Amino acid sequence: MEKKIVFSEDRLIKTKEIIERYPAGKQKSALLPLLHLAQEQFGWVSAPVMDYIAEILNIEPVEVYEVTTFYSMFHLEPVGKHVIEYCRTGPCCTMGGEEVYEHLKTKLGIKANETTTDGVFTIKEVECLAACGWGPCFQIKEQFYMHLNNEKVDEIIEELRK
Amino acid sequence: MASKVKILTEHINVPGIENFDVYRKHGGYNAVEKALKKMSPEEVVEEVKKAGVRGRGGAGFPMGMKWSFLAKPEGVPRYLVCNADESEPGTFKDHYLMKYLPHLLIEGMIVSSFALGANKSFIYVRGELMYVIKILEKAIEEAKNAGFLGKNILGTGYDLELIVQPGGGAYICGEETALLESLEGKRGNPRNKPPFPAVKGLYQCPTVVNNVESIATATWIINNGGDEYAKIGIGRSTGTKLISASGHIKKPGVYEIELGLPVEEFIYSDEYLGGVRNGHYLKAVVAGGSSVPILPTHLLLKTASGEGRLMSYESLSDGGFATGTMLGSGGFIAMDETTCIVRNTWNFSRFYHHESCGQCSPCREGTGWMEKVLHRIEHGHGNARDIDLLVDVAKKIEGNTICPLGDAAAWPVASAIKHFRDEFEWHIKNPSAATKPGAVFLKEEVFA
Ligand SMILES: Cc1cc2nc3c(=O)[nH]c(=O)nc-3n(C[C@H](O)[C@H](O)[C@H](O)COP(=O)(O)O)c2cc1C
Ligand code: SF4
Ligand code: FES
Repeated sequence: MEKKIVFSEDRLIKTKEIIERYPAGKQKSALLPLLHLAQEQFGWVSAPVMDYIAEILNIEPVEVYEVTTFYSMFHLEPVGKHVIEYCRTGPCCTMGGEEVYEHLKTKLGIKANETTTDGVFTIKEVECLAACGWGPCFQIKEQFYMHLNNEKVDEIIEELRK
Repeated sequence: MASKVKILTEHINVPGIENFDVYRKHGGYNAVEKALKKMSPEEVVEEVKKAGVRGRGGAGFPMGMKWSFLAKPEGVPRYLVCNADESEPGTFKDHYLMKYLPHLLIEGMIVSSFALGANKSFIYVRGELMYVIKILEKAIEEAKNAGFLGKNILGTGYDLELIVQPGGGAYICGEETALLESLEGKRGNPRNKPPFPAVKGLYQCPTVVNNVESIATATWIINNGGDEYAKIGIGRSTGTKLISASGHIKKPGVYEIELGLPVEEFIYSDEYLGGVRNGHYLKAVVAGGSSVPILPTHLLLKTASGEGRLMSYESLSDGGFATGTMLGSGGFIAMDETTCIVRNTWNFSRFYHHESCGQCSPCREGTGWMEKVLHRIEHGHGNARDIDLLVDVAKKIEGNTICPLGDAAAWPVASAIKHFRDEFEWHIKNPSAATKPGAVFLKEEVFA
């Protein structure tokens, strides 16, 4: 059954506040903040979600599509409960990131852009997260997991599986 | 030289310094009081000019000069936009500064906005740092409640609203015109220049874009004066710089150093990086973020003419791209002898190809080519002509693009081949060994 796409009460208030902070007529500036709000509520950014945001901002849907496809943070397909965004860039690799990444993939039995069959974990590869000296690292939503090694990865996964 | 000057991080270890009251107790917001009550905007600009502070985002353009270029047409709003997109591999200092000292940035934003006559200013933070955005928003709320933001600040008649804007995940949005496009709710495609942001920036209005660290520095400059600031550092590299250190060193992290510190001291002294991890030696360093040329240790420690290299804009670029590099954003990536230069170069190329916005064909196609060729060399399918092919592609990108991302993609490849050509050749001649991830290429120790 299709559920109607609509922001929760508190996000509707937040939406209004966000739009009002830009100069009159420049409400399109609210696009990225609203996409983040939407992903937070709906888990991913589907076409109906994009249409909904276009409607709120009074812009064409295509103006939303072309933005979501440009930026890497928006999930354009359904994802697992926890999306592990793993840093694959040079400095983290220097800190041992590649070995830890192999361990993570083996442990979960999935590759990048895949979701475990129980729907709990998705792995995405991302670029430098501005945490190089604290690497290897990954991010799940707002949380950074740093100074990773195989044991730490095991602990984090067990904890999140609970 | 005194190496302990702390302009930005003096109070970073004070418990609770992220809260307004604690920050205020340690002299926080004095610069706002001084600037708004005792100085004119022009005087603030003048102090920053005298300080000689150069933009800390990578290009090193003098901040006061940039401010004085801002167009001031009647009746048109002006904007200050803080660049907190920090996505250059190897760089994590702005993340650190905003997380631990959010009020320092807010204070810097207030005095800088006042100097530029901006009444609405933005901090554009990369979207991955949503938790930092929340820290900043809390700090803004506190500052507002204390009367340092909003309408009629401290009764001076000056109004300022600060807005924290999230990005969406795109390195290119760190380029200032791409950032402005993104802030307008569009794809982050860099604009053609001219017009420069100082004339037509955000919403086609005059705009200054400055890095987090640059703006935070304005606070100290206002409190202590531009002349005092200019006494710190060396030559035209005035002041201090935050260095993000990563890789095979004993103590990775963010360091505030006085510009002019000898590179050797920075790497080996216990006060800083503490040397290379035990049992290993330094092979190469990328000294200013992934975009700058990589240097083998002997050229990093000494210039071609044999002088000890210093952590300064001039010293690091001594020798040009033949034997030098750049201070850039201060992302110091140290690699010991276990590092495979080919693999690292391929990794960076993959990064730039992934992050190219695709507007100009030399960048779009060239970064793709370089990634492909480096991938095949690293994975044991390279051929003898590939190295020259890479040099050729890098040359064709350089200088032929709308924004500097093209150059940033070309330099790491060109410099890696220049300084480590034998390693690329070795990979081509030993295809099976080369397929091993992180293949070890042992070399004679290049310095004692
Ligand atoms: C591809 C690219 C990425 C950049 N990324 C950043 C960044 O993340 N942060 C930053 O401050 N400057 C970045 N810059 C530099 C900005 O364009 C601009 O020069 C800078 O924000 C100006 O501030 P500053 O003068 O205070 O350094 C980048 C430039 C390019 C070409
Ligand atoms: S150089 Fe690359 S990133 Fe910059 S505008 Fe051209 S295609 Fe886009
Ligand atoms: S390379 Fe992983 S955080 Fe920078």
